[in-house]
Amino acid sequence: MIGDWLDIGPVTQISPGNARTLPVQGGEEIAIFHTMGGEFFALVNKCPHKHGPLSQGIVHGTVVTCPLHSWNISLKTGHALGDDKGCVPTVPLKVDAGRLYLLREAVIGAMAPERAA
Amino acid sequence: MTALHPIPTGRPEKLVVIGNGMAGCRAVEEILARDSKRYKVTIFGAEPRVNYNRIMLSPVLAGEKAFDDIVINSADWYTDNAITLISGDPVVSIDRAKQTVTAQSGRTEPYDRLLIATGSDPFIIPVPGKDLPGVVTFRDLDDVDKMLAAAEKGGHAVVIGGGLLGLEAAHGLALRGMDVTVLHLMPTLMERQLDEAAGWLLKSELERRGQTILTGADTAAILEKDGHVAGVRLKDGKDIPADIVVMAVGIRPSTGLARLAGLEVERGILVDDHMLTSDPAIMAVGECVQHRGQCYGLVAPLWEMCRSLADAATGAPSGYEGSVTSTKLKVSGIDLFSAGDFSGGEDCEDIVMRDASRGLYKRVIVKENRLVGAVLYGDTADGNWYFDLLKRGEDVSDIREALIFGQAFAMGGGASNDPHAAVAALSDDAEICGCNGVTKGMVVSTINGGACSLDAVRSQCKASASCGSCTGLVEGLLAIALGDEVKAGPKTLCKCTKFSHDDVRRLILEKELKAIPQVMQELHWTTPDGCASCRPALNYYLLCAWPGVYVDDQRSRFVNERMHANIQKDGTYSVVPRMWGGVTTPNELRAIADAADKYGARMVKVTGGQRLDLFGISKEDLPDIWADLNAAGMVSGHAYGKSLRTVKTCVGSEWCRFGTQDSTGLGIKTEQMTWGSWMPHKFKIAVSGCPRNCAEATIKDFGVICVDSGYELHVGGNGGIHLRGTDLLCKVATEQEALDVCAAFIQLYREQAWYLERTAPWIERVGLDHVKAGLFDDPEAVQHLAARFRYSQSFMQDDPWARRAKGEDAELHQHLAEFRPFPTMIKEAAE
Ligand SMILES: Cc1cc2nc3c(=O)[nH]c(=O)nc-3n(C[C@H](O)[C@H](O)[C@H](O)COP(=O)(O)OP(=O)(O)OC[C@H]3O[C@@H](n4cnc5c(N)ncnc54)[C@H](O)[C@@H]3O)c2cc1C
Ligand code: SF4
Ligand code: FES
Repeated sequence: MIGDWLDIGPVTQISPGNARTLPVQGGEEIAIFHTMGGEFFALVNKCPHKHGPLSQGIVHGTVVTCPLHSWNISLKTGHALGDDKGCVPTVPLKVDAGRLYLLREAVIGAMAPERAA
Repeated sequence: MTALHPIPTGRPEKLVVIGNGMAGCRAVEEILARDSKRYKVTIFGAEPRVNYNRIMLSPVLAGEKAFDDIVINSADWYTDNAITLISGDPVVSIDRAKQTVTAQSGRTEPYDRLLIATGSDPFIIPVPGKDLPGVVTFRDLDDVDKMLAAAEKGGHAVVIGGGLLGLEAAHGLALRGMDVTVLHLMPTLMERQLDEAAGWLLKSELERRGQTILTGADTAAILEKDGHVAGVRLKDGKDIPADIVVMAVGIRPSTGLARLAGLEVERGILVDDHMLTSDPAIMAVGECVQHRGQCYGLVAPLWEMCRSLADAATGAPSGYEGSVTSTKLKVSGIDLFSAGDFSGGEDCEDIVMRDASRGLYKRVIVKENRLVGAVLYGDTADGNWYFDLLKRGEDVSDIREALIFGQAFAMGGGASNDPHAAVAALSDDAEICGCNGVTKGMVVSTINGGACSLDAVRSQCKASASCGSCTGLVEGLLAIALGDEVKAGPKTLCKCTKFSHDDVRRLILEKELKAIPQVMQELHWTTPDGCASCRPALNYYLLCAWPGVYVDDQRSRFVNERMHANIQKDGTYSVVPRMWGGVTTPNELRAIADAADKYGARMVKVTGGQRLDLFGISKEDLPDIWADLNAAGMVSGHAYGKSLRTVKTCVGSEWCRFGTQDSTGLGIKTEQMTWGSWMPHKFKIAVSGCPRNCAEATIKDFGVICVDSGYELHVGGNGGIHLRGTDLLCKVATEQEALDVCAAFIQLYREQAWYLERTAPWIERVGLDHVKAGLFDDPEAVQHLAARFRYSQSFMQDDPWARRAKGEDAELHQHLAEFRPFPTMIKEAAE
């Protein structure tokens, strides 16, 4: 069970309303968000529009507004909201005993296959 | 799983219970109620007393109850049911092979069935001084006695942890006359149960009662004097005196015994739906267990567990499926309720009602027509009703419109489907606007008299013109009277509010609103924490209204301002050091060149505002490059901000044969006066030494054209998409006057423009005459405005780069960690 999840440290390292990043060697950087409501989410740190770093956007509700052109991206589904179309991969995340875990498989899945080989 | 079949011994089976707490005893009660003959019960308790209601320790501490009032089962209950109670003697080991338990005293007891109900242990943060006398937890009666003893001597109490337990401890100690400070790591009190808005209301109320609440407070050490606790030191270096320190930062399931005995344990002791552990002879219940991945810290789920445990233990297994929990704070006079998932989201519908005058905040979250969460502050009467709807997962689409008004309203018959029905039903003399004493009749006659928009009603009869809590009612009346003819009011700040930018600015001052959650509460925001439009605007408005008081909220800032650098299309940043008036030195140039090399700038560009821009810097390197530039005497150019950017100058009288005045010198003085100021939008200044205007001062927000007889001051220019030449504001004779008018103009703009409105559209909207009147109608106005500007500058002229270079907000620049997959894993992933 534990082996399937990647421990990425205590919840306190991301304060509510903020996000932090986890570079993945040979893969896509992951952004981990802590909403003002206290929930955590992880997404590939790349806006579906022109790859803006979502981790740098303003977080409100369970949405992040991309810093480059203000698309609103759902933290829950990775989908662009409103009239915009596009989707960014989400990474399953769980909180257990004050620590954050990412689904290892999804983190590895975020790696580009040619680099991973 | 099947029932626990009776063991055919011919005698009652021996049931041993470890833990004389709420779950252990309740489980026994439930078993006895089902079959009082089957077991011979022995209960071990670590505490030297009978079973009591732990929840009520808070009222005991607060002096509202005595210990006798909170006993659940007195000594008679044990004797009447032939239960052997061994109290004050904790069990230290379980021998599963021999089926015995051994207590500290050495007493060994055999069992046929064992029930572990050891509850949980308070979490102690591992800081120096944690073991000092005077540091207590809040878990049992002994803890309460220690707190009461400390309170008798008075003095200072520090409670670490602003959750349910911590706040109840703080409340009790405050009532007992202690001077209480609560330290909470997170920015929101009870952040697991409350959203930001409700947390803010709670904090304000506790502060009003005299407690000091420090959020974002991270404990570094507990201080000692004469072998006793003397204070708490925070990581930011602050010391808080303390005669007693209560640690209430959390609990963790007490699993030591179970682990030792080799039972399967994760966070808690693993149990199935019948509360059986990995050893079929051993059951576990209460806070010490983990069921379907969940551990619970409240009693309601324990009761459900105990029922299913008793069912299984008496041969009629039912199966526990997990619980949804709700929370109430037991602090007298504070009504607070939360249940379910209130974090919201776009697939959820968030219904928020705020009533500032009554101090109410209610939020219910509906997902796929079902209630999934609720947070209530100020009035919790409907808490149970919401909780019930939530647990039953009932379809609420029929009562959707009225849901937020509570049970009485929502269930009040057919009217509930029409949101206007309630307003229509009001009598003519019912008060609509409390602030201005306007009745329904008065509003209706105003509307009939021709007011066909919210704004018109506001200005004509003043309803909804003050706090605005009745805006919804007035709109309802408009809709009833005019149907589709209702005219839209002025543009609202964003979709989270009914108020316009001007209203919000005015009300922030009138009602002395000093924090974003406070504005949202008082002005009835309809979302829990705003959006990407209103958060930055409110942050600016508060900063402008309350210089030196309001604490900037960086979560409400656009990335550039949060990172103090310009984000570029590839996610790297560009960095522009300030060059006063566009003047630099060989040393500065060398430092810039060195920094460009050292941090791999991919381009160095002269900007339109006569500064040097270094492109392609990574967010991790920002603090280092700033430290280097700071060391060479340069500060942030604020090229990223809604703030004063640059003061462009020409060479003026010092070098130019046409120059009439020292335009470079005046430009430098202007920049030194204005740098660092936050504005509604970016702001550019230029100073030209003669009307040839080499610095292009007539397309800047504020431009100076030096002439023989003095200085022409121009405003409202814009070289951007909508090219606009400046308007001449006035002419002054001296440099000092030019500086004063500049400061005054900026302040007028700062105080009046809408967020993200540059000077050009602002002046076109309000008219140049309005700006001139604001500056010159009152002969003192320039001085007053300039004084306000300088006052706020006294807080703002603080180089943000220097603070970051010293390590402030370091986490914004750092990665959380880096993930390097092992080679084998990489192969697997590729296959
Ligand atoms: C101050 C306070 C206020 C609370 N307020 C609320 C509230 O408002 N609402 C709510 O729902 N919940 C509240 N709770 C939580 C609630 O009290 C617990 O959820 C509940 O008591 C848990 O029951 P339990 O039987 O699992 O553990 P406990 O009631 O803690 O019982 C465990 C017992 O096991 C004993 N024990 C442990 N190890 C051993 C051993 N080795 N041998 C023998 N005995 C042992 C302990 O001494 C303890 O008496 C509050 C708790 C506290 C401390
Ligand atoms: S604006 Fe006038 S003083 Fe300044 S450089 Fe140009 S010509 Fe010279
Ligand atoms: S890259 Fe995110 S909105 Fe354009």
